[in-house]
Amino acid sequence: MLAIDGTLLDFKQLDLLAMRQTAIHRLDPRAKIITTLSFIVCVVSFNRYEISAMIPFLLYPAVLLTVGELPFGYILRKIIIVIPFALVVGIFNPVFDREVLMQIGSLDVWGGWLSCLSILLRALLTASAAILLVAVTGFPAICEALEQMGMPQVFAVQLLFLYRYIFVLTDEGVRTARARELRTFGKRGLGLRQFGSLVGNLLLRTWERAERIYMAMLARGFAGQVHTRQRGHFGRNEVMFVAGWISLFVLLRCYNVPQLFGRLLTGTLP
Amino acid sequence: MHMADALISPAVGGAFWAATAATIAYCSARVRRELDDHKVPLMGVIGAFIFAAQMINFTIPATGSSGHIGGGLLLAILLGPYAALLTIASVLIVQALFFADGGLLALGCNVFNLGVFPAFIAYPLVYKNLIGRQPKQSRMVLATILAAVVGLQLGSLGVVTQTAVSGIAALPFTTFLALMQPIHLAIGVVEGVVTALVISFIYRARPEIMAAALQHKPVGQLPIRSLVATFLVATLLIGGGFSWLASERPDGLEWSIAKLTGSEELPESFSQAHVVAASLQEKAAVLKDYALPSAAIAGADSAPARAERLSTSLSGLVGGGATLILCFLIGVVLKKRKR
Repeated sequence: MLAIDGTLLDFKQLDLLAMRQTAIHRLDPRAKIITTLSFIVCVVSFNRYEISAMIPFLLYPAVLLTVGELPFGYILRKIIIVIPFALVVGIFNPVFDREVLMQIGSLDVWGGWLSCLSILLRALLTASAAILLVAVTGFPAICEALEQMGMPQVFAVQLLFLYRYIFVLTDEGVRTARARELRTFGKRGLGLRQFGSLVGNLLLRTWERAERIYMAMLARGFAGQVHTRQRGHFGRNEVMFVAGWISLFVLLRCYNVPQLFGRLLTGTLP
Repeated sequence: MHMADALISPAVGGAFWAATAATIAYCSARVRRELDDHKVPLMGVIGAFIFAAQMINFTIPATGSSGHIGGGLLLAILLGPYAALLTIASVLIVQALFFADGGLLALGCNVFNLGVFPAFIAYPLVYKNLIGRQPKQSRMVLATILAAVVGLQLGSLGVVTQTAVSGIAALPFTTFLALMQPIHLAIGVVEGVVTALVISFIYRARPEIMAAALQHKPVGQLPIRSLVATFLVATLLIGGGFSWLASERPDGLEWSIAKLTGSEELPESFSQAHVVAASLQEKAAVLKDYALPSAAIAGADSAPARAERLSTSLSGLVGGGATLILCFLIGVVLKKRKR
């Protein structure tokens, strides 16, 4: 029971983080979306055994975290939750790929272990990019930016509705689940039949609520558009942010900086 | 199962993104043309309902474990395929952003696996055809379960194919398939039963909702040909662009560095170890014919290339560790300056 409430609370907290006022939060959402997508594409485009060249990419999430003044522990916890999903598939790599690609001392390292570690790093980087994007931008702003970038209006409006009612309805879902759990003993009442009518009822209430909402909106002059307060401006700061990060990503993608750095430290650089 | 960013290549992700964007644009145009604005708020609120419904678990009979509803087929039955696809896509966007479930680049794959398959294949071809004009309870249950199974089987096939084509995971295609399909058969049956229960509840309580849903014109035809064309063009463009970026540049650099450092002799112990490893691999490989393309290439390359890779591993380790510390320090310094 606590677990469900926890999930909901977690969800709300991420939304609240977007309300901060920092240099990153103030940037136009489009700049952050473009940068995040380029970041992910660059990370994902590495070959399957790559590890060292990916490490400098940690800089981007690190900068967002600190400049955006976000709670490190909370974000980290959210990212760690999703890593097992990628690892479920990646953990098979050492089983199927046993070619020796590396030696540490007298220890042979199979390609599978490298690619498994690479998947872990990929999961860490891509998941943090997605979560940090919401944390420094906020969902409504992302919707608006996507609409400005060409997403169909119907889709955008519907996405905003979903977002607005997610908190109301999940609250209701949690209350329903809690009420049922308090009235059950052992596993009785948690079966499929009860679930069917419980969720059916919730669905009907939701449906009627949606109809009421639509009527109320029509009465207030809704004509298929949701107007939002802030209109972003893609100015000099945004151009600098996007250009700066993307050129850094491309540079890090083309040159294995840790490798060169390592050569410098171990003295193998000519 | 959601496809994850960590497991896909940019070409696969990009191609599915393009296909999904085209599908969403098409569905938006259809919803707009057919249903004025009435359905738009309904879609959003029902999408939010999916999250609420996922907060309520049920016990799966005979296993004792608990599960929750996925909802793709439920949305297709309630809203019709076009509106359902948009709603599923928005649910996936929220999941990708707030829970990092799946990922932003994998979003296209996920909309395809969990949206296009249930809404445009399982719903029109299985559910609609089986249920007929005047649905009876038993027939409705059967149609729903079958449609859910078909949708989930296709979805899981999608995940396996996308993973195999991306080539980040080493799990062979057939092994992965043999693992995923039976699991999703079970999930499909449970999802079908749960969806049928909810649908029949709605049918009893508010038959007009279901009647309206049933009167949608049969089979939403997606413009398959233009979709396939978009898909192919996107794959060629993105695949071509990225394979150049991924292979040409860093390899050339590494090669030139190796030439400069001149470390080309193969260590004695290494070659022995490799023989052992190769024989192990031979024994372990149940499905030899499905060796991954990149593994085959790695196996075929010359001894100097392998030696070069080994020699670069040490500097990679040292440099990687140093960079990690550097990233951390930059974070700390930025934080200090803030205060």
